[in-house]
Amino acid sequence: MVKFSDDKLAKVQEIVQRYPEGKQKSALIPVLHLAQENFGGWLSAETMDYVAELLQISSIEVYEVATFYSMYNLQPVGKYLFEVCHTGPCMLRGSDDIVTYIYEKLGIKSGETTADGMFTLKTVECLGACGYAPMMQLGKYYKEHLTKERVDSIIEECKKNAASNN
Amino acid sequence: MGVKLLLEKAHVPGIRGYDVYRSEGGYRSVEKALKMAPADIVEEVKKSGLRGRGGAGFPAGMKWSFIAKPEGVPRHLVCNADESEPGTFKDRYLMENIPHLLIEGLIVASFALGSNATYIYIRGEYAWIVDILEQAINEAKQNGWLGKNILDTGFDCEIYVQRGAGAYICGEETALIESLEGKRGNPRIKPPFPAVKGVWDRPTVVNNVETLAAVVPVINMGGEEYAKIGVGRSTGTKLISACGNINKPGVYEIDMTISVEEFIYSEEFCGGIANGKRIKACIPGGSSVPILPANLLFKTAKGETRYMNYESLSDGGFATGSMMGSGGFIVLDEDQCIVKHTYTLARFYRHESCGQCSPCREGTGWMEKILKSIETGKGKMSDIDLLWDIQRKIEGNTICPLGDAAAWPVAAAIRHFRDEFEWHVNNPIECLNRNFGLAHYADEIHVPVTA
Ligand SMILES: Cc1cc2nc3c(=O)[nH]c(=O)nc-3n(C[C@H](O)[C@H](O)[C@H](O)COP(=O)(O)O)c2cc1C
Ligand code: SF4
Ligand code: FES
Repeated sequence: MVKFSDDKLAKVQEIVQRYPEGKQKSALIPVLHLAQENFGGWLSAETMDYVAELLQISSIEVYEVATFYSMYNLQPVGKYLFEVCHTGPCMLRGSDDIVTYIYEKLGIKSGETTADGMFTLKTVECLGACGYAPMMQLGKYYKEHLTKERVDSIIEECKKNAASNN
Repeated sequence: MGVKLLLEKAHVPGIRGYDVYRSEGGYRSVEKALKMAPADIVEEVKKSGLRGRGGAGFPAGMKWSFIAKPEGVPRHLVCNADESEPGTFKDRYLMENIPHLLIEGLIVASFALGSNATYIYIRGEYAWIVDILEQAINEAKQNGWLGKNILDTGFDCEIYVQRGAGAYICGEETALIESLEGKRGNPRIKPPFPAVKGVWDRPTVVNNVETLAAVVPVINMGGEEYAKIGVGRSTGTKLISACGNINKPGVYEIDMTISVEEFIYSEEFCGGIANGKRIKACIPGGSSVPILPANLLFKTAKGETRYMNYESLSDGGFATGSMMGSGGFIVLDEDQCIVKHTYTLARFYRHESCGQCSPCREGTGWMEKILKSIETGKGKMSDIDLLWDIQRKIEGNTICPLGDAAAWPVAAAIRHFRDEFEWHVNNPIECLNRNFGLAHYADEIHVPVTA
């Protein structure tokens, strides 16, 4: 069942307090982030309905927003999501080669997940790191100045983390 | 050496933390401003000539003076930290390195505008910067710069950080307001302007991160002194985020009197073109502004030196000039393909169109498709005219300026690099394996001598 822990519920309350009385819908985007982090890295219909109930808004208001913003995953994704930027400035610095290299290493193209559910690759548009290109977002942080060697070590690191978490 | 007002202290060890920031003279502007009348602060900002750093260059003081003040209705200041225009990463740099400068500017601006609850709307991907900002806000609060009755003036102020969730359009101020209300980022039809009806229908001012940080030196030195830096209507300093094929990509603070050539070639800034190549073209102000071939970049069509400021970059209008925009400076070397680069930008705008207006929603998709087919050797000559036609039909026919922002890069690429598009059509196999090269784009242009 989808339910926030007490400290997460307190966090939701804290967020709602930031807005005027009755404007708790403003908390929707932050609370959806919280929900995605807590409930498996994506937003199921059940999760979205739960958020609607928490904020006392209708489910459709949540679906509308969840489908608009690119950071919300509406389907399950791998444990590690590689979001490689391929907009102009990154392209000028070789982002295509990085995407190809990830395909060679992991056998996944943009939008695909490895069979073991470990890695998902997504090509994304400019992330505001154009001067540190090529780059990708991995979870909360950016991995910048990518080279093949750096991609290798990122993959190794993820595998190691996954092994130690099990 | 140019003047630095924002990043001068950015590399002092520990400046991210409150104690060092304060010992370096931080929060002096709050002490000064909170003794002034709010209207006088607005006046100083007007005198400074400070123009909005988010892209449009609208005078900040004037914007502040427009805010409506109906009895009993709260007003809000919203800081635009959505920073999603390709080529632009200056606000991030400022927030990561010297977050208290932004907080300080926000307190002064909140006081001037009468905002007791101020929001920083930051793009969702900058997740770790949220922590940096919240830490700075907490420190400011612990030290009495935020919260209730600040410096015993009776002024209350809280600053909250709101994360977006991946949508370039939320950088547009009315889309940002919608998003802050927990909705899709669909821009509103103006009027009413946010200064009258903004977030939760309350009067709202939206300003860029850099604009609000610049309020600190404006107040510290006084508007008139600030206005002496720079040239003409380009007052103060500007952050430029430089990227692409240069030796030293990064964020630089310039005073707006340096030439484009010096900015690209001097060791203090970009350090020249990478790998000993020659420069082919440059987009000087973020992906939305017109691309310029090298020969129109260093000199205007009149043969005058082009400088890094609002007026000089736009000299020649769209025919032979460009714009300062957001300060996202993208350099392309001789090996780069203009068609491919333009295609990635068109794809970006298609992806980011909110879909409300048909010229933008449909037009961005068509432009992306046609550019892709030309880029992959499947284009026809007539496609080039069709592209031109489509961009013309988007421009000026949409609710928000994203339509224009999508049209301009395509228009400028065809305007200045048409032979490269034609070459793709004429050489469908060759264009897959090599680039068009430099052609005449970097030649000296012939300037007719007129009496
Ligand atoms: C499509 C679009 C995207 C924009 N993105 C940003 C942005 O990321 N950051 C920003 O400060 N302004 C952005 N703007 C400009 C804002 O609408 C607004 O003019 C600006 O935040 C005002 O602040 P300023 O006057 O301090 O520049 C964007 C405008 C458009 C049309
Ligand atoms: S121009 Fe494009 S992004 Fe702007 S409102 Fe219209 S459809 Fe949306
Ligand atoms: S283009 Fe890739 S981060 Fe900006």
